[in-house]
Amino acid sequence: MARFIERHPAWALIVIIAVAVLLWLVFAIWPPGLEAAIGRKRVFLNAVLNGITLGGLYFLVASGFTLIFGLMRNVNLAHGSLYLFGGYIGYAVSTWTGSWILSFIVAFIAVALVGVILQLAVFRRMEGQDLRQTMVTIGLSIVFADLMLWVFGGDFYQVQTPAWLIGPVQLPLLTAIKSSGEPVYLQYPLVRLVIFLASVVIGVAMWLALNRTRIGMIVRAGVDDRDILAATGVRIQLVFVLVFALGAGLAGIAGVVGGTFQSLSPGEDTRFLLASLVVVIVGGMGSIPGAALGAVIIGLAEQLGSVYIPTYAIVVTFLIMVLVLAVRPQGLLARR
Amino acid sequence: MLKGNLGLIALSSLLLSGTAFAQEKIKVGVTATLEGTYTVLGEDGMRGHQTALNVLGKKIGDKELEFVVASTDATPDSAVRAVRKLIEQDKVQILLSPLSGDEGIAVKNFAKTHPELTFVNAASGAQETTYVDPAPNFFRYNMDGAQWQVGLGKYAYETKGYRKIATVGEDYSFIYTQVFGLVLEFCGAGGQVTNRQWVPLGTKDFASVIAALPDDVDAIYLGLGGADAVNFLNQYQQAGGKAHLMGGSIMIDQTILSSKGSAKNALVGTIAASGQADTWEDPNWQKFVKAYQDSFPESKRFPSPSLLATNYYGSTMALILALRQVNGDLSNNQAKLKDALAKIEIDAPNGKIKLDSNRQAIGTNFVTEVVDDGKGALFSKVVKVIPNVNQTLGYDPAVFAKIGLPSRTVPECKKY
Repeated sequence: MARFIERHPAWALIVIIAVAVLLWLVFAIWPPGLEAAIGRKRVFLNAVLNGITLGGLYFLVASGFTLIFGLMRNVNLAHGSLYLFGGYIGYAVSTWTGSWILSFIVAFIAVALVGVILQLAVFRRMEGQDLRQTMVTIGLSIVFADLMLWVFGGDFYQVQTPAWLIGPVQLPLLTAIKSSGEPVYLQYPLVRLVIFLASVVIGVAMWLALNRTRIGMIVRAGVDDRDILAATGVRIQLVFVLVFALGAGLAGIAGVVGGTFQSLSPGEDTRFLLASLVVVIVGGMGSIPGAALGAVIIGLAEQLGSVYIPTYAIVVTFLIMVLVLAVRPQGLLARR
Repeated sequence: MLKGNLGLIALSSLLLSGTAFAQEKIKVGVTATLEGTYTVLGEDGMRGHQTALNVLGKKIGDKELEFVVASTDATPDSAVRAVRKLIEQDKVQILLSPLSGDEGIAVKNFAKTHPELTFVNAASGAQETTYVDPAPNFFRYNMDGAQWQVGLGKYAYETKGYRKIATVGEDYSFIYTQVFGLVLEFCGAGGQVTNRQWVPLGTKDFASVIAALPDDVDAIYLGLGGADAVNFLNQYQQAGGKAHLMGGSIMIDQTILSSKGSAKNALVGTIAASGQADTWEDPNWQKFVKAYQDSFPESKRFPSPSLLATNYYGSTMALILALRQVNGDLSNNQAKLKDALAKIEIDAPNGKIKLDSNRQAIGTNFVTEVVDDGKGALFSKVVKVIPNVNQTLGYDPAVFAKIGLPSRTVPECKKY
């Protein structure tokens, strides 16, 4: 941090001012002039929170994607299919047992198993052949999409939100003061907050596992140089399988989350594949903090865009990607 | 060598048997949105099409109809691509296409490049398709989005007492047309439309849109369809929304009312207008509902046909009846068929339909209210039936032309 300020004083100043403005926008009561210019504070706060919580979902999908890429250098374009498959499994389990929590566990295990099979049956046979792996995963994603269409049809499925999560909660954020002097606090859907917290917990756990445990050390070593790691006697194939299972399982969990606050239908697989591609391109391929940063940026861009520039909202995401590719092609938080 | 000979023999016998047994076929290309946001709508449209074939049969005199289906995703380019493929690769002679508003405008324009073929609109409902520079070989047997809203504005203002409303709609031609019809009537009656929000087709996260809904209105009009509508309702429930709702024709429709989950319950009591009402007692409608239910197992269909099924049924029916009138004669650039299509009046399940000089349907419209049947299934209950709705909505054509074409901001909220 201190080094960053020393090296780029101008940038640091801009960042500090931006953060200060943002904090003021979030906590201050907006003067009437500002409300007239850009709309009510409630809308702005909602858009910001929605962006961050949507970022949580994107992070869940993209972190698995980036983990697999970071270690194995393979771009798994069937990642979106894993997401959708997890969602369907979650739906089936939650309607069958009525338990929302259980649906996460089952979805994680089931999709992780698919990941293991994919790694053993497909990727292991074509290690190091990037183009072949890419083509095969595209093919697999099409096959999976059709299989799921066959089984689940074109219907929309929603994982039932448990009763204790339905409805809004009051947040300690002021949106306005009524003429009677009574403060108005922000109402926000509880389920989104819970899901966001869960993704933060998962993110932190992953960071800890990677940076504080022995297996994490092996994975990091594998990211840096997997040949040397293999030469030191580590059973690299086993590590690959584990990482693939974890990445796929995370996509499965994300599917249940997506099915809870959005919906599941054919086509969602490619949408989330695209989202995670954009997120990791912005954040930096192979970097977990990068995926988190990228996910929040893309989530915020989508939500703020949909409120303030609805016509061009779709373009904003890709503009950000283009900008990042032009200025810092390796991604914002990539190490190399 | 032997293998080659065998192949030759097999091939020639296939050709022989082909000429010996085949009846003359009439090839019809069908498109439906079998991918993307409107997948469910496309699937039910195809069910309506299949129901029509079950009821009417595929025989045209001594010829037989053959259908080739192509999938689109509600974007205009996907529709043109599908239609082009059907014409160039599958050599279809007649098209039953497309399903969605923007697709309709694109296919109508494309139809002009193939004046020798016949295009029967399957279900699309943008006003521009038949109102602006219509193609002489494009026929539409369903009403447009504005016609489908007739009666709703007055009912909301007079019976429900709504004075101020806001709208949320998908950002494309069909919903523009729907909002056009609503605003014209509601503002004509004295109401106010304070805010019109537009979201891209395929929006998944509506949370910010929901937050931006105004609270000082009597009702919120939803012009959404397919996955978008389900997502909106789900997130609306999570945000604790409680406003009165009004619905467009594909919002209050079995495609949404039969969706899984509890979010749809927010719609009970919602008023809407459409080219059909699920509980209409007309025997012709009941017969159609029965035929639809009998054509598919219960798990593979909705409890009652959606608007899309009804439209596909109607357009398939018009095509088959017209073909039978001319005995399948497609000579002279299908002139006889086109003539018959322009003149035919059909007894569609949702009322009598005839075409105007732009080959646009004049039909019956329904104001409805969503009810729970007591077992958790939702249906649209008929409140009012309005016969003979034409494309200018009863306005003098000169006055209607001055209003302008449906868009994000047209029409203005005033009395024309």
